[in-house]
Parts: sequence; structure tokens; C-alpha cells
Amino acid sequence: MISDHIRKTFTILFVLGFFAYLFGPLIIMSLTAFNSSAFPRVTPWECFSVEWFQFLGKDAKLIEGLQNSIFIGIGVVVLAVPLGLSGALMLTQVKERVRPWYYTVTISPILVPGVVLGISTLLFWDRVGTMFGASRESVFYNGFFLTIIGQATFISAYTMLVFISRLQRFDRVQEEAALDLGATHVQTFRKILLPFLKPAIASAAVLAFLASFENYNTTVFTIVSESTLTTFLAAKVRHGINPSISALAVVIVALTLFGAALHEVFKRRELAAEKESARIAKGEQVTRKSKNRFITDPAVILIFLVTVAGLGTVYFAGTMGLDECKAAVKAEKQRVVQERVKKRQQKSMFQDAGRQALTPVPEGAGARSRPAPGTSNFQGLFSPDNLEGQAGTKETEQEQEKTRAAGTEQFQGIFAPQNLEEQSGASGEQQ
Amino acid sequence: MSADVQLDQVWIRFGDFVAARDVNIHIQEGEFFSFLGPSGCGKTTLLRAVSGFSEPSEGRVLIGGRDMAGIGPNKRPTALIFQNLALFPLMTVWENIAFSLEVKGVGTKERRKKAEELLELIALPGQGEKMVSELSGGQKQRVAIARALAAEPDVLLLDEPLSALDLKLRQHMRTELRAIQQRVGITFIYITHDQGEALTMSDHVAVMSQGIIQQVGDGNTIYDQPETAFVASFVGENNLFKGKVSEISGDYALVDTSAGNIRARTSKGEERLSAGDEAYVFIRPESLKIANASKFDNRIGANIKQQEFEGSFWQVFFDVEGSDRDVKLSTVNDGSTLIHKVGDRVDLGFSADMAIATPAGELAAE
Ligand SMILES: Nc1ncnc2c1ncn2[C@@H]1O[C@H](COP(=O)(O)OP(=O)(O)OP(=O)(O)O)[C@@H](O)[C@H]1O
Ligand SMILES: [Mg+2]
Repeated sequence: MISDHIRKTFTILFVLGFFAYLFGPLIIMSLTAFNSSAFPRVTPWECFSVEWFQFLGKDAKLIEGLQNSIFIGIGVVVLAVPLGLSGALMLTQVKERVRPWYYTVTISPILVPGVVLGISTLLFWDRVGTMFGASRESVFYNGFFLTIIGQATFISAYTMLVFISRLQRFDRVQEEAALDLGATHVQTFRKILLPFLKPAIASAAVLAFLASFENYNTTVFTIVSESTLTTFLAAKVRHGINPSISALAVVIVALTLFGAALHEVFKRRELAAEKESARIAKGEQVTRKSKNRFITDPAVILIFLVTVAGLGTVYFAGTMGLDECKAAVKAEKQRVVQERVKKRQQKSMFQDAGRQALTPVPEGAGARSRPAPGTSNFQGLFSPDNLEGQAGTKETEQEQEKTRAAGTEQFQGIFAPQNLEEQSGASGEQQ
Repeated sequence: MSADVQLDQVWIRFGDFVAARDVNIHIQEGEFFSFLGPSGCGKTTLLRAVSGFSEPSEGRVLIGGRDMAGIGPNKRPTALIFQNLALFPLMTVWENIAFSLEVKGVGTKERRKKAEELLELIALPGQGEKMVSELSGGQKQRVAIARALAAEPDVLLLDEPLSALDLKLRQHMRTELRAIQQRVGITFIYITHDQGEALTMSDHVAVMSQGIIQQVGDGNTIYDQPETAFVASFVGENNLFKGKVSEISGDYALVDTSAGNIRARTSKGEERLSAGDEAYVFIRPESLKIANASKFDNRIGANIKQQEFEGSFWQVFFDVEGSDRDVKLSTVNDGSTLIHKVGDRVDLGFSADMAIATPAGELAAE
């Protein structure tokens, strides 16, 4: 028998672990956005700063990508929502026997890899363009057009799913009632079905926008010579990375949280309204709370206040005294470096003597253990020595030059005994 | 305005299944007409053919003398109150009521005024701003009626509108419905599987079973002179004796049953009994007498099995030889206690006029 105590402990551990797994990366990334260090990292913590957010605002390429993403997102919403709606309505109309087939076919774009969708969109419209003898400047080769079309192929399947689940709860008899009362089919659609679908239309629009906004696989092919936020970010990561990307992530996470909070309030209000209705139907006297407007709801006001206060505080803390702090950090770094240089000079004199006894360093061992996490893909971007290089003041770079000179050329001598010592020394400083 | 409704040799089929079989009915204008039948007998199907949601496979539907073939539900002078009411949950009460005006393009002010008038009629004045979900069951019922009346139909069709209400409310709404019908003076076609409803409210009742109209008549006729075994067994309570006709004389038949020979009136349906036919004899519980049995045409020996006191009357159950069903008698409680005990053997008497003999046929499920 496991005692309750142990079970409880394990449950808590599991939950903690689970959340750490889910949110750990996000939290770390968010923290790096506020560190003034030039490479996204939490340790060593240099200065609390919001300069990366300001940096973000000044990055013209990024702003352009963002604008493009928003534009494309809106285009996809405009295209995918009506498409999804008509697909879902069609599903309710086709014969029972055909329904599973129809469903499978319309849903299949979700199952097709985005890459394939992207390439095929490109090829297809190229064919169409050629057929009409259109020029390279025409719409068939336009990155925006192709991306909107390409993304909408699978995003309209998402929106269709949203509409299907809402339609399943629709009482078809209401349409008959409207017809019976003299409404035309169009009036029935506009006055009965559409109002019922309103929440689903909103959800589908948000979903479509987000799916478009974060899409990369399809977009990277269809965007041609333009760029979106995702393609821009991907390109940027390839060329080197700085905390402005974390800052962007923070902005997106914050907006998501904000939206989720509003959504929650909205849902609770609806629930409360339903309960009120039930009580009124039972004949109880109820003072209506839910009739206040959404904007004046206390919870909504609270969310806005907290957001504004939070932003203000962060901005204030992140700009005040930043320069002093940075100067202090710089001074400290210089001091450390100078000390290290001194030490090394002493050491190298001492080690030169012992070197003959220790060489050669076995190359295979070095090669095997060389690839540090992420190193191979990012061309050493994340290797400890490069981290410093990126963050680098000139002093550290100079220092590294010396390190390299001292170590074996090919592997930068990480595993040469004398360097091991130095590395641990450096990381000791970092902690 | 009001209109008559004529179903002329109407057949409705779903694939091989026949939901309505050769229905011929003429509903007079301004009357309260009920279709009565068990669940699944095709009542809703018939009503949908009148309102235009389905077309008969064969035959014609005429409203006010006009053939309705090819005319959609939104063009017919009918309004239907659905089995589940189908109020619009996203609209307020008054918007619901005025919906038929809205789709006609009537202005807000006038719609509002009309809605308020109708709210007055259904005794819910000033409740127009509520949402539908804020109404009680009976109130929803009335709003559905008001919404249908707002369309100013010539014929109002009601599909078991009271079935969702509790007994008290149902009884109250019956009277109210009847009152509304008399006030507005249009034809009501009412569907129910509750015979109490049909008999109390209607000018005429059509009893249906398995897509077939068994009998059309006013409440008394249906109750006292059932034409088929189904009507006799479905409407009200009846004791049944199965047998064979041994003799027909005028309007009476002598039927040889397991409980002995019974003289009974013959039913007046299309199918007439003749000697040698299988026949069912029905006798209502209130027509059976214990005292002075000897002065009646018919006598049956029976053992008292059980006596139940129900306040204003007694129910007595008997075993009769050769019958697998209990025979039931009910008698008014006039203060004198019953003189017999359980287990006593008695003679049950009844007059030939109170018994009815029908051709053997389909019986209503118990
Ligand atoms: N669209 C349809 N397709 C096939 N069969 C149908 C259809 N509509 C009704 N039926 C069948 O027709 C028969 C009569 O149905 P209907 O709805 O008219 O019964 P009802 O008398 O209104 O019953 P209830 O009292 O339960 O409402 C039923 O057996 C039903 O299964
Ligand atoms: Mg029905």
C-alpha cells in the first residue's frame, strides 16, 4: 500500500514537472528579453532593461514582416471563414451516405504536409499564370496572393471544423419555424442561422488569423520575394540572434494572455446571464448584473488596469538607471578580463614547460565529444565560447584569440587539459 | 379570415413505408379539429403536409379551396406551432412574436405595437423585453401561440403543444387554447395523443392509427359509437370480449364469446358485421352493473378479484371464465358501501345498447 502522503507528493511532483516542461522554455525566454546582455540568456544577469523592446520597434525589416503577416492573416480570415462556413453548411445538406466521404475529402488538407501545400500552390498558380500568359509581375506570382490562397487551403478546413461543431447544436426546426412565419430562405439564413453562428464566426476568424500568423511551412514557399514575420525570424536565426526575438515572444505571449483573460471574462458573463435567465424563468426577483456593458464590467476594467500598470512598471524599471548599470557591468567585465589576462600570462609561462609531456591530444576523443547541444546546426552559435563572442566586448574577443592560439587549432583546444581548466574558470565566472 | 382544409386522397410515403394512407378529411372553417392517435401514427407527417414542409406522395391538400401543390410553407396561409415550440432563443419575447411582421418589412414601431397587443391576448402584458429563456414552460407555450397568431394565418396548426407541460398547467392551457380559438375565430388543427385533450377541446376529432384515419366525429360520437376495434380500445376504457357473430338482427348482433352469448349494437363503420364473422364486443366499465343484474339483456358470471376506492367512485376488478383479461367495473361512490367482498361470485349485467360489437381488428396498445 502506498500511503496517501507519498501519492500526494508524487502528484505534486508530476504536476510541477509537467508545468515546468510546458512553460519552462517560455519563462526562460521571456526573462532573456529583459536582460541587457547582447545574447538571449538569463545568466549572467546583467541589467534589467527594456531596450530590446525598443530595438524591436526600430527593426524595419521585422516591422515589415509583421505588417505583411497581419495583412496576410486578414486576407486568410476573409477567405477561409466563408469557405469553412459554406463547407460546413454543405455537410448538413449532403445525403447521409455521402457525408463521411465528403467530410474526409474536405478535411484532408489538414493532413497534407504544409510543405507540400506550399509547393503545389506555387506550381499550380504558375501553371495558371502560364496558361494566361501572365507576366511575372501579375497576381499569379504575387507572394501575398499565393500565401493567402495557399494558407487558406488548409485553414478553411480548420474553420469548417469550428462551424460543424456549432451547427451540430443548431435546432433545424428553428429554420422551419422562420419559413412557416413567412420568411424567405435568405431571411432565414440572415436572421436565424447567422446570429446563431456569430460566436463560431468569431472563433473561426481568430483561429484562422492565428494559424496564418504562425504558419511557416507553407508560407516559406508561397511568399516568393516578400517576407512575413515567421520567414523573417527564421532568416534572422540563421544569421545570428539577439534578445529582440525574446522581446517579440514576450509581446506575443502577453497579447495571448490578455486575450485569454478577456475571453474567460466573456465566458463567465455568458454563464452568469444563463443562470440569471433560469432564475427569472422560475419567477425569482433578480437584479440584473450581466446587463452592464462588457467594457464597464469590473473584471474587464481590472484586466486593463493591471495590464497598463504592469507595462508602466516594466518600462520604468527597464529604462531608469539602465545606463549606470550597463556602465558598471562593463567596468566589472573589463576588470575580470584584465585579471584573467594577467593570470594567463603567468600560466602560459608555466605550462609551456609541461606541454611536451602531455601532447599529443587524442583527436578522435575530441571530435566525438565536440558537438555541444545545438552546435552543429547553428554553426557553433551556442557553443560556450561563441556565446561570449556574440556578447563580446572587444576584450573578450581578444582574450579568445589568445585561447585559440594556445589550444589545438582545429578543435579550438577545448579538451586540451590546459584549456579545460580555463573553461571551467570562465564558466565559474559566468555562474 | 378563416379557411377550410381539405385532404383529398392523401398518401404520404417514405420509401416503402406508408406514413399516411388514403386520408380523406374535410375540416370546416373556424372549427377546432383534432387528430388523435398513438405516437408514431403519422400525425406530424399529416400536419407537415398541410403546412407545406412536405408534399403528399399522392392526393391533394386544399386550403380555402385552393390546391396547395407547389406552394411553400412561407406562402401558405398556415402557421404551425411546433412540437418543441421552436422559439428563437436569441431574440426577445416581443421580437419572437413580431418575427412574421419583421420579415414582411413592417417598421419597428408598428411591430412593437402588434406584439404588445398579442401579449395582452395571451395574458403576458409587459413581458416583451424578456429573453425566451426567462419564461416558464406555460409562458413559452403562450408566446409560441402569439408568434403564430401574429402572422394572421387562416389556419393554425398545433403539434402536441401541451405535451411538455405538467398536468395542472396542461389542463389550464386547454381552456385557454379553446378560449383563444373562439376569440380569433380561425381554424385550429390540433394534434395530440392525449384523448382527454382531444375530447374536451375539439369540435371534431379524427382518430388515427398507423397512417389510417379510423374515424372522424365529434367527441360524443367517438366515445359512444366507435366504428372500429381500434377506436373502441384507444378512446376511453373498455372491457373486451372476443367472439363470433352467431346472428344479426337489425342494428344488433348476438356474439358468442367465451363468457357466453352477448347481445350488442353493431358498429357503424364501413365494414359491417355479418353472421359467422370474428367480432369484438366492448363494454365500458361504467356500463356494467352488479345490482339487479337480472333486468339486463346480458349477464356474465364473475368473481370479484379486487376493489379499489378512488374517492368519487369505486373500481372493481373481476375474473371472468374464459377471459384472460380482468373485467373492470366502475361505479359512483354514492355513500352506500359495496355489499360484496373480494372472492364473492356475482352476476354482471349490462344492456345491449351499452355494448358495441365491432369487426375484429387492430387494438390500441395497453
Ligand atoms: N422523414 C422521414 N423519413 C422516414 N420516415 C419518417 C419520416 N418522418 C416520419 N417518418 C415515420 O413516419 C411515422 C409517423 O411519424 P410522425 O412523426 O408523423 O408520428 P407522430 O404521429 O407525429 O408521432 P408522435 O406522437 O410521436 O409525434 C413514424 O413511423 C416515422 O418513423
Ligand atoms: Mg409528432
